Amino acid sequence: MMVGEKKIYALIVEDDRVTQMRHRMLLKRFKCESHVAGNGKEAIDLFRSGASFDVVLMDMEMPVMNGLEATKELRAMGFEGHIVGVTSRDLDFAKQVFNEAGADSCYEKPLTPEYVTSILQEINDN
Amino acid sequence: MDAVAQWRNQWFDYTHYLRREGFLDDQFAQLKKLQDENSPDFVVEVVSLFFQDSEKLLNNMARALEQNVVDFKQVDACVHQFKGSSAWIGAMRLKNVCINFRNYCEAQNLEGCLGCLQQVRQECLALKNNLENLFRLEQQIVAAGGSIPVME
Repeated sequence: MMVGEKKIYALIVEDDRVTQMRHRMLLKRFKCESHVAGNGKEAIDLFRSGASFDVVLMDMEMPVMNGLEATKELRAMGFEGHIVGVTSRDLDFAKQVFNEAGADSCYEKPLTPEYVTSILQEINDN
Repeated sequence: MDAVAQWRNQWFDYTHYLRREGFLDDQFAQLKKLQDENSPDFVVEVVSLFFQDSEKLLNNMARALEQNVVDFKQVDACVHQFKGSSAWIGAMRLKNVCINFRNYCEAQNLEGCLGCLQQVRQECLALKNNLENLFRLEQQIVAAGGSIPVME
């Protein structure tokens, strides 16, 4: 994703490989560099190892560490970037719990070009 | 009618059939839109990955349902994941079977679950065959010098 002239680096935190591929390809369309973590713990470990991302696309339900736990942990670690929850569960419920965990927004899976445009706008507004 | 036009007509007829019968929905068209000249095999790769992962998930479900004491929550978690993947590639019939499957998991109905598992396996096989036919048609179009039509 491009915000102004700056390239955006995204971390896709998702255990399903089909969704990983789909989201990676979609972000590529928006000229975004993306990396994948298979669960919340892998995402946390990436940040702890010094990796840096502008936005995290966080699946809700994952093995080992779910998206809500990972979101809380990232905020506790001081990550101030954009965290976007993605869910296939009830969206209103997911928005509420992701918001409580510290996410900036929440969208239904799979992400669409319109959702990505909206996320880009959110990042731009911040 | 030249060869490209013939293959393209067959492609249109086949995609209409697949949508009419509920094998594929709009999500498949959305998936195809993500494919471009830099990633010409994207859809084939995603579909291939889907069937690989499906096999594992279905085996996990089968194993879980064979236990003396069935952990229906574990089965439900597998079905939920499978439902998600099915939805993301546009496999509507599979997705709908998963909805029923989840209802049986919630009701802890073993017989219902086993029936759904069998149905899922059958639908998977049917979808795989149909997609292989579709991709073969697309290869024919390209081999004849044409371009693959856009799926609406």
